[in-house]
Formats: sequence, C-alpha cells, structure tokens
Amino acid sequence: MDMKFRIFRFDPEVDGEPRYQEYTVSAEPGERILDCLNRIKWEQDGTLSYRMSCAHGVCGSDGMRINGACALACQKLVKEYADTKVTLEPLPFFRVLKDLTVDVNAFLDGIMYFRPWLITLSDPPEKERPQSQEDAKRVEEVIRCILCACCTGACPVMQENPYYVGPAALVWAFRHVFDSRDEQKIERLKQLDFADGVWPCVNHFECTRVCPKKIPVTKCINTLKREIETTVKRS
Amino acid sequence: MIFKHDVIIVGAGLAGLRAAMEVAGGTDAALLSKVYPTRSHSGAAQGGIAAALGNEEPDFWEWHMYDTVKGGDYLTDQDVAEILAKDAVRAVYELEHMGVPFNRTPEGKIAQRAFGGHTRGFGEAAVKRACYAADRSGRVILDTLYFEGVRKGLKIYPEFHMLDLVMKDNRVVGLVAYELATGEVHFFHCRAVLLATGGYGKVFKTTSNAFASTGDGVYLAYRAGIPLEDMEFVQFHPTGIYGLGVLISEAARGEGGVLRNHPGESFMERYAPTIKDLAARDVVSRAIATEILEGRGINGRDYVHLDLTQLGEKKLAEKLSDITSFVKIYLGIDAATELIPVAPTCHYMMGGIQTGIHGRVLDLGQNPVPGLYAAGECSCLSLHGANRLGCNSLLDLVVFGRRAGATILEDLEGLSWDDPPAHPDKGVQDRIRSLKEKRGGEKYGRIRSALQEMMTRNCSIFRTEQSLTRALTEVRSLQEQYKTVAIDNLGVRYNTDLLEALELEFLLGLAETIVVSALGRKESRGAHFRDDYPERDDTNYLKHTLAQKTDDGPRLSSKPVTITIFVPKPRTY
Repeated sequence: MDMKFRIFRFDPEVDGEPRYQEYTVSAEPGERILDCLNRIKWEQDGTLSYRMSCAHGVCGSDGMRINGACALACQKLVKEYADTKVTLEPLPFFRVLKDLTVDVNAFLDGIMYFRPWLITLSDPPEKERPQSQEDAKRVEEVIRCILCACCTGACPVMQENPYYVGPAALVWAFRHVFDSRDEQKIERLKQLDFADGVWPCVNHFECTRVCPKKIPVTKCINTLKREIETTVKRS
Repeated sequence: MIFKHDVIIVGAGLAGLRAAMEVAGGTDAALLSKVYPTRSHSGAAQGGIAAALGNEEPDFWEWHMYDTVKGGDYLTDQDVAEILAKDAVRAVYELEHMGVPFNRTPEGKIAQRAFGGHTRGFGEAAVKRACYAADRSGRVILDTLYFEGVRKGLKIYPEFHMLDLVMKDNRVVGLVAYELATGEVHFFHCRAVLLATGGYGKVFKTTSNAFASTGDGVYLAYRAGIPLEDMEFVQFHPTGIYGLGVLISEAARGEGGVLRNHPGESFMERYAPTIKDLAARDVVSRAIATEILEGRGINGRDYVHLDLTQLGEKKLAEKLSDITSFVKIYLGIDAATELIPVAPTCHYMMGGIQTGIHGRVLDLGQNPVPGLYAAGECSCLSLHGANRLGCNSLLDLVVFGRRAGATILEDLEGLSWDDPPAHPDKGVQDRIRSLKEKRGGEKYGRIRSALQEMMTRNCSIFRTEQSLTRALTEVRSLQEQYKTVAIDNLGVRYNTDLLEALELEFLLGLAETIVVSALGRKESRGAHFRDDYPERDDTNYLKHTLAQKTDDGPRLSSKPVTITIFVPKPRTY
C-alpha cells in the first residue's frame, strides 16, 4: 500500500523556520513506521535525519511524535495508520538539533540528578546481596525503562514547567528508592521532595499512556509521593 | 580538532564500559561511541549471563568450561575458556553488587535458568546456569555499567563515529572520529586504543543486530593491517521472529518452550536426543533449516513454530515479558495461546580481531601490536570457537573487558607518546569530500541490500564451494560498484546519510573476509557447515583461520588451537 508522510524538517543552522515535507512510500501493513522512514531516506531523500539503532524497542533511539502521540517509530506498524497521512515530528519539549533528532543531554542530566546507581554503605558480602522475590518484584516494572524520553516528551507539565524533573527521572528514582539493597532510601526521598521534584505531577497520565514498555509511570510517581508523606514527613 | 587522552576506548557496550571502569581513575581515559551509550547493542541481549553459581542446582566451573569448548566444536582455545568459566562467578557477583536487578530464587539468591548447550556432568543433562533479569538482562547490565561509569566521572564522547585507526611504525598513535552533531572530523591522539565496537550482523539481510552493528572497529583494524581470525564462523540464532529477525531468546526454550514443524512434531528430539531444544545454537539452526528444506516448514514455507503455550501467562509475564510483547506488537500474536513463527537470524560473529588472552591485539607473527587492544564481539580470543553458547557473550564482555582494561593500565608505562604522522585525518577528509562532491552516483542503500541478500543466499547456514565462489564474485562486483556511490546529504549536522555510505565500505570488506575464510575451510565445524564437506576434519582443520589484507584481497594462514584438557571427540547433544 502507499503511505503518505508529512515530516517535520528543520536544520537550525540553515533554516529560519521549521517546515513540513511530504513523501509517499509503498509499505506492507506489517512493516514498521521506521521501515518507511528508512525507505524515504535510502531511496528518496538522504537529507532526512533521525536516530535509530535496534529497531525493536530496546535501545530507545527512535522516540518521536507520530500523529501527535509520542512513540517509538520501530514499535508502530503501518497498518495502524492505514487510512491516514502520518505526521512525524520530534519529541515535544526537547530542543531540535535536526529534523527528528533532539537534544537529550538535559534529559539524561535530569536522571543523573537522582543518582541512578545503587548506593550501599556496607561492604558487599562474598556472594550476592540477598533480596526476596517480593522485593525484586517492586522494581520489576521500572527496570523496563529504555530512556527513550517518550514520557517526558508527552508530559503536559513539562510544557508549563521546564524545571520539573520529569517522569523518566522519577522512574529512575523509584528504581533505587524501592531497591531493597539500596541504603539511601530516606536521603533519596528527601531529594525528591521539592517544588520541581516529585510534586508537579498532577496525574495527566500521558506518560503512562505513551510508555512503549508499559511502565505504570504515574502510579510510580504517586507511590513516591506517598512514601515521602509516610516516611520522610512523619520522621 | 585534536583531542588527547592516554587511553581511548571505542564502543560503549558492556566490553567498553567494563574496561573503562577498570582504567577510570588510574589514567586519563575517554570513551567514544557512535550512539548514545545506552543505545549500544549489548542492551538487546535478553536471556542472561552464564556462571556456575550453583544457586538452583549443583554446578561447577569445569562443566561450564567443557560446555564452552564443546559448544565451540573444539575450536575454542581451552586456556581462554578456563579463564572465562573460572572468573564467571566473581563477575556475576560483581554485577549484582553494582546493582543489576537479577531475578531471585525463593531464598533470595540470584535466580538461574537452563540455556542452550549448558549442561551438568559434562553433557548429561541441561543445567540451570543462566543468571537473568527477565528477558532484558543485557539492557539492565548496560544501564548499570553506564551509570556506574558516569558516577566515576568517565569522559564520554557520544555520537562520535570512529572512521580510521592511525598507526605509525606498526604501533597505534590514535584514531580519527567524525562528530555527528557538527560534522567535524577529529584526531584523537593517545597512547592506547581499546576497540570494543561489537559485531557486524548487518552483513546479512535477516539479523537480530542493530543498525549500528557494522563492524567498524573490525574492518578498520583489518584495513590497518591487523589479521582477522575465524571470520567464517557466523552464528545464526535459531529463533528470530519470521521475516523480521527480531530475537526470541533461547530463554524461551530454557523455560520450557518447544520448536514444532508443520505436522506439529517437536522435531529437536530427532536431532539432539539428550537435551533436545536446548542443543547448541548451530545444531538447532541447522535442524530448523533441514526441516524447512525437507518440506516440513509451516505450510511448506520457510519457518517453523516456537510453542510457548505450555508456559502459562504468569511465567511469560515474570520471565519473558519483552519477547511476549515483541510478538504481540509485530505479529499480533498472544504467546500464551498461539504459536510463534520463527526462523534462524544472523546473531553473532565468532570471528574478529586476533586478540590474546590479556586483551592485546596480535599481529601475524603473534606479537602484540603496541597500543592496540580489543574486547567483546569485535575481538576474537578464540573463546567461542566455531559456535558461541548463549549467555557466554555477556560474560565474555565483562570478564575480558575488565582484563583488557587491567592490561592497558599495566602496559601504559611502557607506551610512549609518539608523534602522529602528518595530517592523520587526511584520508578521512578526502573520502568525505569525494563522497559529497560526487553527483548522480549509485545509492548505498541499493548496494547494501544487494550485499545482504547475496550473503544470506550464499553464505548462511549451509554453504558450498559453488555458493561461496558465487558470493566472492558478487562481493567483489559490489565493491566495484561501491566506488561510484554518491549521497544526497551535503550538510554537516547529523548527516547519517554520509555515515551509512562510509559504513558500507566496512560491511563489504568484512563480507569478503567471511567468504574467503569460508572457502578456505573445507570441513564442517560448528556454525560453518559445508554441504560438500559435511564432516568435521580434525586432521586438516583443527586450526584457526587468519585473514590478512593484501591488495589482492584477504590472504589466509592458520594457527593451532590451544587444547589443554578436553580432547576433541564427536559432538552430539
């Protein structure tokens, strides 16, 4: 079938304004939107820039806005858009570097801010640090995060408050707050407890809706809020 | 620009990151990656990492070593396999201490599961040796090592693409890299380079590999005169999603999944009576290909079924949730109730840069090339021999990545700062200019597709003198056509058009070494199966292949296999 695309184009060094360019490619219903993008680039227009690598939703490179919704181009199939023109745009909120390629450095810095590594004060045992299956299960969903930034791009609060740490950073904070092996739980919770930390989230659920790995992001943020209320504020 | 660091590590997968952690703090090291580090292909590893922890049932490193050697069809250098199996336990505990969220046993230990080719009692029955975090083991280890590196203050250059290795008087003085964000070409002056650039599955059409897996480091080392080893050994993973090649982890069979042909028969019982669906990957892939050739593919077509219906929803959700979601997304199939169409997919390269047990890259005379090191899939330590076992790759990366880092620290004192040759980036600059100046030439996309289809047709699971000779003629014809390639994008920012065109030179060169090495091995061993020479021939071919670049193409020579404990014997599962 023929698929019509309308793609955001912008080279900030050359172009005054972004523009949209139209392309038509033939594609099979079971193919990915990323396959169409590649076909456009390889056969029609090599000037188009976007990131990609694994092409099956693990590396997190190709987050973009597809007909208004943040998603991975490698996880969306042609048949889902059979009767429509597909508009591809960079992730909202992020600074555009070229076409669909955005600046992710500030996004990664936001995650670093909450120290996304295990902090232990005691020496490790000779073998593994024990952890119950129940404790491991607490982080089972958040360890699926692939840092694709779809949640942060989709978050309406980010649009209003660019200082908000954003959903992805909170998912990573959750991962270590609730890792039973971590020995800085209280400190981590205190670090989250500020105006642009965990509190700006007002349950739009957009992050949860778009997450390509089906992480219940909003629920995690609410759990963090509750943990701060019950653990930090009480003490 | 000219950047200067004592040590440059190229590649931010597990091997590069683990090596970086070893050298960080001890010296001025920097890490270059063509993608953002967390996009590295190590992250796509699903099933787990092997170590004889014995958490689920008794296990011993000797069994692990034996399985690795047998898995490699006795081409594995046994001193290397011994290091791997012995160090595995420490390496996995180290990862756990860093925070890797492994699944757990009811006693709170790291959970382990069965995996292809891993056995107890030297082949008696399958053993639970694979430590795992659901089916995203590679991804969580990658994230853990990356953030641990950041925490240690590691200097990282993301989206810097290595395009040349700079040698002077047979030693490394630096490398040339292209910065995607600006289009600038930089020279990185250093005393030591560690190549950890991964594999090159993109030589083939159907592959589980990422777009980034174009063998940059392997080809650039080869172009600089470094011999490549055992290039004929290409692993086809038995279970790629049909048509896409997306990996369905061996863990699916480790957890009880079964392969079925058109009549519904669990056919692996005929090919590997003892461990059936958990035989080594080359054995299972050949079995699938044979079923298809003999007309027992599904509806006579070129795929078989992977049956996970007996696992139940709970097990799928807890242990195989990513692959469950892949088949749902790409095929609309519910793995709990429906059968999954699968076919072999190019997955891993056993061959690569000839590397010694300490991570030093070796020249044809088996002497270390001063300043050059390699680790991970781009290297060939002769660890995986003719076929790698599942879960031995992640282990290889952290064990030998760490060792390479330690070796560099040890060697650094003896490695002086040598002046680079004049204009070390000139070759790369000229090449880029000529690509950008050419008008109306051939599109790289067409040549690359032709290469991938040709290699898949002629140089996959079954090979013959005839198919390989045809492949060699075709690859050389494509190399000629490549000289006329032109690109659309003349810009400087994020010009991936340019980089894909440059990568194609690497893929073509590596394809040539694979084909020539395969022509040279007139026997069948591990992943290299010759229809015209269907038996293993230890008398003539129990040796490693070396391929050295010459003006007339790769020149082959060989070196002996290191055998310490396990005498080669017929390989059955």
